[in-house]
Amino acid sequence: MSHHEHIENRDLHRKLVRKLVLLAVGMFGFGFALWPLYNVFCDLTGFGGRGVQVVENVGVIEPSDRQIKIRFDANVNSGLPWVFQAKEKSAMVSLGKMSEALYLAMNPTDEAIVGQATYNVTPPEASLYFVKTECFCFTQQLLQGNESREMPVYYFIQADLPEYIKEITLSYTFFRIANADAVALNSGKAFSAGAVLNNSQ
Amino acid sequence: MSKQNTHSHANAHDHQDHKPTGFVNRWLFTTNHKDIGTLYLILALVMFFFGGAMAMIIRAELFMPGLQLVEPDFFNQMTTMHALIMIFGAVMPAWVGLANWMIPMMIGAPDMALPRLNNWSFWILPFAFAMLISTLFMDSGGPAAGWTMYPPLSLQGGQSFAFVVFSIHMMGISSIMGSINIIATIMNMRAPGMTLLRMPLFVWTWLITAFLLIAVMPVLAGAVTMLLTDHFFATSFFNAAGGGDPVMFQHIFWFFGHPEVYILILPAFGVVSEIIPTFARKPLFGYSAMVYATASIAFLSFIVWAHHMFTVGMPLTAGLFFMYATMLIAVPTGVKIFNWVSTMWKGSMSFETPMLFALGFVVLFTIGGLSGLMLALASVDLQYHDSYFVVAHFHYVLVPGSIFALMAGTYYWLPKWTGRMYSEKWGKIHFWLSAISVNILFFPQHYLGLAGMPRRIPDYSTQFTDFNMISSIGGFIFGASQLIFLGVIIHCVYQSRKPASSRVWEGAKGLEWTLSSPPPYHSFNTPPVIDATTIAHAEGTY
Ligand code: HEM
Ligand SMILES: [Cu+2]
Repeated sequence: MSHHEHIENRDLHRKLVRKLVLLAVGMFGFGFALWPLYNVFCDLTGFGGRGVQVVENVGVIEPSDRQIKIRFDANVNSGLPWVFQAKEKSAMVSLGKMSEALYLAMNPTDEAIVGQATYNVTPPEASLYFVKTECFCFTQQLLQGNESREMPVYYFIQADLPEYIKEITLSYTFFRIANADAVALNSGKAFSAGAVLNNSQ
Repeated sequence: MSKQNTHSHANAHDHQDHKPTGFVNRWLFTTNHKDIGTLYLILALVMFFFGGAMAMIIRAELFMPGLQLVEPDFFNQMTTMHALIMIFGAVMPAWVGLANWMIPMMIGAPDMALPRLNNWSFWILPFAFAMLISTLFMDSGGPAAGWTMYPPLSLQGGQSFAFVVFSIHMMGISSIMGSINIIATIMNMRAPGMTLLRMPLFVWTWLITAFLLIAVMPVLAGAVTMLLTDHFFATSFFNAAGGGDPVMFQHIFWFFGHPEVYILILPAFGVVSEIIPTFARKPLFGYSAMVYATASIAFLSFIVWAHHMFTVGMPLTAGLFFMYATMLIAVPTGVKIFNWVSTMWKGSMSFETPMLFALGFVVLFTIGGLSGLMLALASVDLQYHDSYFVVAHFHYVLVPGSIFALMAGTYYWLPKWTGRMYSEKWGKIHFWLSAISVNILFFPQHYLGLAGMPRRIPDYSTQFTDFNMISSIGGFIFGASQLIFLGVIIHCVYQSRKPASSRVWEGAKGLEWTLSSPPPYHSFNTPPVIDATTIAHAEGTY
């Protein structure tokens, strides 16, 4: 092939350009696909601190004499005018033993507001050994004006938690749910804390 | 720029060798690789001074503690816009400009493979930057959440955010089209005899860079699109209240972001690998090792992104993985530095301006690589992260790294482009002022960071005053020195009386030096001779 035929060869360019455009389009799709991919990856590995298992019937828990410190952290997003605290800042719990943690939420305004909490466990890999049976974060919470309520979490930590993890932080952040369930608001009845109605989070 | 055509190869296709007449035909509708290269380089230079002016505002505000000159929100707009303009407006277009000018000449082609696409890739950019810069004049102001645009902060800005996102889309489209063109040119347009492993390293590094660009610019486009819909259409990709995850944005962003920093530096490796052999008058040491090192850096750059996010909290195993993978990049990078030094070993070196900038690059880029290694340590990064130490690190790799290499390349090829020599005296003054002031500017920032000064803050506590003053003074000298660069270029293009020979530099090898200076409008219409007398890496049979 002479130099000139070579460079005038539109077909050659067209084939290559088609592949490269496909690569670019594919990578654009991959950018979006990263979102579900990361989520699946995090759920499987506990990366991100959201690998907590939710069970309703605990059955027999393997016991252990190891104790570990758990800290309870509470945050409120700036869009939600609530006061939200952990009753105790931390607790020593035995692995494999069902435990309860209490949080306290208060709505100091005069209007009824619905919020929902997201949670996170640090170090993230500890979340794989964290089992919750009931949590206020499973559902939306309605607080009437000036109402305050205790919000419990029932959980235990599996006995096979790696040795090097000495301390676990359980953190919650409450967000305002703007277009909250109208039925809940109108009936003035809060979802009972702990009832697993909506685990979409 | 080229006023006459003296090249002997050019007679076969006279009809192609007439330049279009008239400003609009010549520049707006141009499909010529040299004209488009020139346009890219001019845009990059304008953006360099525009982004530089913003840096001057930042350093002036930081000269003393307290708020003197600007409001904090405007300060944040300055840091954000400075980074966006410098990365996407100055360094990237400058590399594409050099690629346009040099790649066809280096591989023996008449022009780029897809000339009309080339015109498009360039002319999108002025509009993209006009749009980006216009946000500064809107009610809600320019973007102020940092160039990394982390949500939720970036979603709390005003309506102008849409303009930022669309301008990033346009820059991305431009980069992708430019990269497709560069790959098509290199794969399909090489002169007979110019095999892949005989290509100059600048061509090699650009080939790999172009693949990086096609792989990651679309991911950035996806990330900012998700920000856009979170901001305006109530989706919750990164909104925790709606079930999204703000940390996820950081993962997606840095999946783009780390390869992006190598997009900014790989062509610099190429330029330096062209210049050092010329002025050491010795062939490049370890040519194929350089090619493989570049390819491994590009590959590794995809698996280290979370070193930007050690502080978000990640499992021990993940921290270790990203730490070791990052440190692994230092190996091929070290190979490169070793090879440049070995090329100079026992060479008969001379120190013209391009060589000075290349040497400045080797020394100062290495300092940036070493601070990078410190940051790669997951355990200590918890302290260094988001401090001025990071600012010092990336400015060492980007300013005396990428930008010095760009200047080295400009001085190296300017006589070829214009057919005239630039002022060596002023070039050297530019180099020494830049090389000294860039250290006064950025070295103290290491100490500031280690002492705990956070980045992106308009005010600071008083114990940081001295180092900030020194840094600002260095900044002003560096900024002013760049006016010399502008002066040298303008003088060379319009005034210089000293003609440049075809070869320009005594030790220069490569096909671009077989063309006249300035080269003919269409570079090679008949295939060039390729042997050990014309190209640098002519091993093997023909
Ligand atoms: C040996 C090579 C390198 C290593 C080990 C390295 C490592 C790192 C690490 C760990 C960080 C994150 C620091 C933090 O935020 O806490 C970082 C930031 C950064 N690096 Fe490097 N780096 C290297 C080379 C480069 C090169 C060649 C460039 C670009 C030319 C570059 C540009 C950047 C930029 C722009 C940032 C900051 C991004 C931001 O947060 O705004 N680095 N580097
Ligand atoms: Cu990085």
